[in-house]
This record gives sequence, C-alpha cells and structure tokens, in this order.
Amino acid sequence: MIIANTYTFKILRYDAKEPEETPSFSFYQIKVLPGLTVLAVLMRIRDEIDGTLSFRSSCRSAVCGSCAMVINGKIDLACRTQVASFGDETIILEPLPNFEIIKDLVVDLTPFWTMYEKIKPWLSRKQPDPEKEIPQSEEERDRIDQFVNCILCASCYGACPVLARNPDYMGPHAFAKLERFMLDSRDERSMRSLEEINNERGVWGCDTLLRCIDACPKDVRPTDSIVGLRKKLLKYKLFGKRNDED
Amino acid sequence: MHYHDILIVGGGLAGLRAAVGLCERYDVGLFSKVHPIRSHSIAAQGGINAALANNPNSRDDTWEKHAFDTIKGSDYLADQHAVEIMCKEAPNIVYEMEHWGCPFSRFPDRSIAQRPFGGAGYPRTCYSTDITGHVLLNTLYERTVSKGVKVYPEWFVVDLVIENGQCHGVIAFDLINGKIIPIRARATLFATGGYGRVYFYSTNALINTGSGIGVAYKAGVPIKDMEFVQFHPTALIGTNILMTEACRGEGGYLINNKGERFMERYVPIAMELAPRDIVSRSIQTEIDEGRGFDHPLGKYINLDLRHLGENKIQEKLPGIRKISIDFIGIDPVHDPIPIMPSQHYSMGGIDTNIRCETEIKGFYGAGECACVSVHGANRLGGNSLLDTIVFGKLASFSIPEYLESDGLTTPDESFLLRKKEEIEKKIKRLTSEGSERPFSIQMDLSRTMSACVGIFRTKDELEKALVDIAGIKERYKRVKVSSPKLHMNYELMNTLELEFMLEVAHTIALGALLREESRGAHFRRDFPARNDAEWLKHTIARIGADGKPAISFKEVVITNYQPMERKY
Ligand SMILES: Cc1cc2nc3c(=O)[nH]c(=O)nc-3n(C[C@H](O)[C@H](O)[C@H](O)COP(=O)(O)OP(=O)(O)OC[C@H]3O[C@@H](n4cnc5c(N)ncnc54)[C@H](O)[C@@H]3O)c2cc1C
Repeated sequence: MIIANTYTFKILRYDAKEPEETPSFSFYQIKVLPGLTVLAVLMRIRDEIDGTLSFRSSCRSAVCGSCAMVINGKIDLACRTQVASFGDETIILEPLPNFEIIKDLVVDLTPFWTMYEKIKPWLSRKQPDPEKEIPQSEEERDRIDQFVNCILCASCYGACPVLARNPDYMGPHAFAKLERFMLDSRDERSMRSLEEINNERGVWGCDTLLRCIDACPKDVRPTDSIVGLRKKLLKYKLFGKRNDED
Repeated sequence: MHYHDILIVGGGLAGLRAAVGLCERYDVGLFSKVHPIRSHSIAAQGGINAALANNPNSRDDTWEKHAFDTIKGSDYLADQHAVEIMCKEAPNIVYEMEHWGCPFSRFPDRSIAQRPFGGAGYPRTCYSTDITGHVLLNTLYERTVSKGVKVYPEWFVVDLVIENGQCHGVIAFDLINGKIIPIRARATLFATGGYGRVYFYSTNALINTGSGIGVAYKAGVPIKDMEFVQFHPTALIGTNILMTEACRGEGGYLINNKGERFMERYVPIAMELAPRDIVSRSIQTEIDEGRGFDHPLGKYINLDLRHLGENKIQEKLPGIRKISIDFIGIDPVHDPIPIMPSQHYSMGGIDTNIRCETEIKGFYGAGECACVSVHGANRLGGNSLLDTIVFGKLASFSIPEYLESDGLTTPDESFLLRKKEEIEKKIKRLTSEGSERPFSIQMDLSRTMSACVGIFRTKDELEKALVDIAGIKERYKRVKVSSPKLHMNYELMNTLELEFMLEVAHTIALGALLREESRGAHFRRDFPARNDAEWLKHTIARIGADGKPAISFKEVVITNYQPMERKY
C-alpha cells in the first residue's frame, strides 16, 4: 500500500508591483504520494488551491533550468527534488537569493544574463572554417565536458556569497562559461580578451568557499573554472602567448 | 506601436536558426513565452541525423540513403522533394553548427561521432553524449547573442492578425509587465514547437501546448496531418521523462515479464531498432496481453542496459543514468528501467511548403509546429532536430525574397488595434465570471486524448473522443481564472493556451476518425492495413465559418521512391 502523507508547504509571496506589501509566507496543506517532486506539488497548489501563485517551469526533467529555488534552505531545482527526501512535514520554498523578486518564486535574471553576455559566450575563431568539421580529439572534447553541462539555472549565482555583498561581481556561471570556451581546442580568443575578468569583479573576487559547487544540480564545478582562469591570467602575465596579437 | 520587419515566435532551434540568418539584414524581434534556453529543444537527447559517413560502419552512406530511410520511415506520406532537400542539407547543417561551437562527441579519428538509430540503414546520428538538444540550443543561443538579436523573453503570443489573406503581425501578452501588446510586422514566422501536452502521457515539456498551431488555425491558417502523433516507445513510468532511443542504439534491450526480448516476435531483424511506431505498438501489445509488469504508476516493460556495463553507460548515456536515479531511484547500471510508450512528437502542424510558406502572405512556419511534410506518418529519431535547423535556415532565405518582392502592402495598425481590444475583452471574461477550473478542463482533455486517440485507435473510441471534446469545449466557455491581475499570471496564460489546445485536440481526433487506414503512427484496429489507393494523401484542416474544422486533402509529392510495403 502506498500512503499519501500530508505536508505543509510554506511559500514566500511577494509582488514587486505592490512594493508597499512586505514579503510574507502563505501556507498550503496538501496530501502527497511518495515519489512526487516539489514542482509537481507546486503545480497542484496553483491548479487546485491558489491560482495566483507564480513560479517558472518548463521541462520538469532537470535540463531546462527554469525552476531553481530555495527548498528548505537549500538551493535546488524544484523538478528534481522529491518532497519526501527531507523527512520533514514542512517544506519551505523561497526564491533564489541575490536577485530581485518579480513575483513569488520568480526572480529577475537580468543581471545573470548580462554577465553571461559580457564574457562573449561563443566560439571565437580566427582561422577560416574548414569544409568539414574542425577536428577535435575525444580527450579534447572530454576536457570541456563539465562546463558544457551547465544548464544556466542560476543556482550558483543564488548561492554565491561574493554576489551577496557585491552585486557587480560577474558570478560563477560566467566563469564556467568562459572556461568552457578557453578549454575548447577550437577556440582562438586572445588572452587580451580576458581583461574583463582580470579584476575583483572578475575571477579575483571569488572567496573560493565552493558554495557554487554545492548548489549546482548538474555537477559543474565553477570554482574549477575560476582557478583555471586565474592560472591562465598569471601565466600570461609572466610568459605572454595565446594569440597575443588579437 | 511595436514594429519589426520580421517577427519570430519561438526561441527553440527553429526560431533561433531563422533569427541568426535574418538579423544582419533586417530588424528582427524574437518572441518566446519562456527564455529561449528554456525551450523544449533543450531536452533532446539522442542526436541529429546527417550522412557524414564518419562511422567506420557507414563509409558508403549518402544523403540519398538518408532520404530513402526517412521516406520509408514516414510510411510514404512524406513529401519526397522536401525530404531530399532536408537530407541533402543535413551535412552542411551539422558542420555549420560544429563551426559555431557545438561540442559534438568525437570518434578516435577526431571526426564527429555517429551512432545507430531506429529505422536507419546506417549509423548516422551525430550526438553529444545524451544531451544533443542542450548543446545545439546553447550553440544557437550563443550565436544569437553574438549577433545581438532582439529577444523578448516571456512574451506569449495570443493571436495572429490576418486580414485579406495577409499577415499583419501578432498580439502578445507581456507576462512580466502584464500588458497586452500588438506588434506589427511585415513577415511573421511561427516556430512554436509541438503539442505534446494535449496528451496526458507525454515526454514533452510542460510548455508544449501546441498553442502556436492553435493560434494559426483559429486565425484561418490551414493545418496538416494532425492525426499523426508519435508515441515514443520508452518513457519513464510516472513522469514520462524520455529515455532516449540512443539507449537502444547503444545496445539496450526491451524485456517483458517473461524475461523475453519480445521484439524478436515482431521485427526479428531490426529488433529494438525498428522505427518508433512499430516498437511502441509492440510494447503496448505486450502490456495489453499481460506480459508487462505492474507498478502503482502504471503497467510497464523493462529497458535493460545492464549488459552495456557501467563504463559505457557512464560514457554514452550519463544523462539517462542521472534521470533514472533522480526521478525513479533506479541506477540502470544495476537495474532495468521501467518504461511505457508516451506521446512524443507532433508530425502534423501548420501546413507549410519547402520554403516555409503558408497559404497566408507573410506568414511562415518552421520546426515541430510546421508540417512540410518531411516526417509523413512517422518521424525517424534524429530527424526532428535536423528539420528544425534546416527549415529555420530555409525560412531565413525565403522571407527576404518575400520582403524584397514588389507590390506588398504595409501591415495595417488598425487591424491589430481591433484584435487587441478583442483579446482584452476575452481576458476580462476569463477573469470575471465562470465556474470551471482551467486545470480540470485540461486534465479531462488530456486524459481523453491518451485514452481514446492513442497508439491503437478504433471508430468507437474516436467518436467518443469527439463527443468528449465537444463537451469540454462547452465547459471552457464557463472557465474562470482566479486573479484579474495580468502580470505573472500563469493561470491566465495556461487558460488562454487551453483554448488552442482544445482546437488542436479536435483536429487530431477528427483526422484520426476520418482516416480509415493504418499508416505509420496512425493505427486503426478496424482498418489495420495501409490503403494507398484511397489514403496516400495529406489531411488538411481549416476552421470553417461555423467554427468547426473543415477537412480537405492534398496530394503527396513522390519523386524517386514508389510506395512499397514497409518491412524491417
Ligand atoms: C524529450 C525529447 C527528446 C528528443 N530528442 C530528440 C533527438 O534526440 N533527436 C531529434 O531529432 N529530435 C528529438 N526530439 C524532438 C525535438 O527535440 C523537437 O522536435 C524540437 O526540438 C522542436 O524544436 P522547435 O524549435 O520546433 O520547438 P521548441 O524547441 O519546442 O521551441 C518552441 C518555442 O516556441 C515558444 N512558444 C510556443 N508557443 C508560443 C506562444 N504561443 N507564444 C510565444 N512563444 C511560444 C516556446 O517558448 C519555445 O521557445 C526530442 C523531443 C523530446 C520531447
């Protein structure tokens, strides 16, 4: 027999269009079968109890990155988090930190995307394209694997202690994306193009507390990219090279 | 009033590819109800087909063989000239995506890796482990960022404005600011994806409502072959998350409760790698005849990967392993994965030609929302990602030709303003009176579709589905949204979409009832054979004056491949 347990969902509510109202929690009692995810419950709450609740969702399979939020104090994707996994009858849901709230669990990701765009997140080539594919070895492909896996869900951004005190900091996701290209055997960007990150807003601002690694639902390690980029910057300062001329 | 030369609706692969091709010469606005990166394309796993002949076992592969496999897979309903264009363009598309940075998996000789997929004579599916959609969509999004395409994320398109046979733009709902906004454009391209969520059991993202197809249809654009719905053989029970065909391409088995590799009985040579329509029917038959397993979440069959070993699973199917662990607590290295067939792909859609044109001047369609048709009655795995990028690109060639042609009338503001008022009235109605909850309507609709318009179909069930849909449409007239506030009102957006889902469902069920034969994914128990004499033709549905679909038919284009019996 599978038994449904009753849970209390405590969800932070706020509407930026009504700034005079302070954020407050709404409580919802709901019966949940084991195996159900937080996202599935959120949908039931919106459908059956409170149609005014706002949250983002799309793929419901941990690949689109829409539904990162704080679940019982921990950042994760609502779609891949089992309600029963906490061993607790109360589940508290809050929006991602380090962002302005738009409404309820929906935050304004504009700064996240602005920083993403700043690092020029595309393959940068100088040579003309060959007729067929640009050759790449299996090992070279593997080298970028963890950073390729980033789903841009902003969990790391929400978890970052540096961003909490310095909103100008570029954020772990930007460095992970940049390193994905720096490590790509096909990318030919110059070291000079890294000036953008060669400062306290950039890779030197990181406290290396590894919160981004804990928060990532895809096992990406943004700190690896920060360490990698710092090494490249130091090496360049000492020895030059990597497409100097630009 | 908002204006763009070209308006693209949809930030998946098809929409982004079109935008990349158009943005340098035209003022392009790209509208998407979610941020482009959250589009359903992100979830594609297995790969994209192109006859690159990189695999040591496929040195003599050619685009013509790819075309033949596609046409045979389509059960001869695909338009053959369109298939030829797609398959010929495929290698260019894959190389182009690679040059733009797409991190494909590699063979030891440093070329793009290719794996076997169902219904294909050669291993020609290019991939990046099991996250091919993720890498393709990221690459195209990166490209749109590098080119500075103007994107409007979280803008939902609620209406298409057509007057005098010409498209004048759209009406959009800016979700964050809660505004209804008319947007005038000289050309409009829909790349709005599939309608999976019309079904209860679907592998599709929650956002795949097919509203784009419904919006176009309601505005008077003909839609094609709606009865052809693909059911994927292997979706996880419960959540119906896809377990890619690559699981079988890499060597996985399907096993029933007797421990048998039952595909042997149905398709002894191709086995697990027969096309999807056939494998899904085989699985459903096993389940119906009592050879499935029981689970509180439903009856299932096992997808067994264990013999591949941990190394191969981790190297080739890491995402599948993670999904299985996260969503059902099963590690495929140690236990088989419980699967069932689920709705997966929309073969039908907006009636387009090889230039992505529709009957309406200035209105175009590309990707899963469109039906050219390259997939006919059954799509081969790996051909849809290809379709989206090829036809996204082709739209970027044909739209400029239209814009540069003589005698075009400028899109008219007054039509758009009138439509805007209608939408505002509609929203007022939805948020003020009524007794029906939107979710219960959607639930009943999707349950009807899964129960009565599924893998196996009969006249009685299809008639019942049509009666049910008519009843649900009546209930929709009394639907009520909780809050009159527009901004971030997802319930309102869902309810607006529901109107179009009802139309999409209606045309699927009607097409399925009328087509008295079995072809590809459309299987009628009461008409189990293909009937080329009467049914080698496309179904066209357009909205009639009475608001009901009026059906007509259209020839299939045959070039080099005469219809034959489909054997694997
Ligand atoms: C789980 C899964 C795995 C798959 N794997 C493969 C595979 O390995 N190989 C393969 O070839 N195919 C695969 N497919 C199929 C393939 O992924 C899709 O057919 C393809 O990605 C569709 O792309 P698209 O650009 O047409 O639409 P989508 O990527 O679905 O994008 C649609 C866009 O339209 C927007 N939109 C929709 N309606 C509106 C509206 N009314 N207003 C505003 N915006 C709107 C959405 O926001 C979105 O941006 C898979 C499908 C699924 C479900």
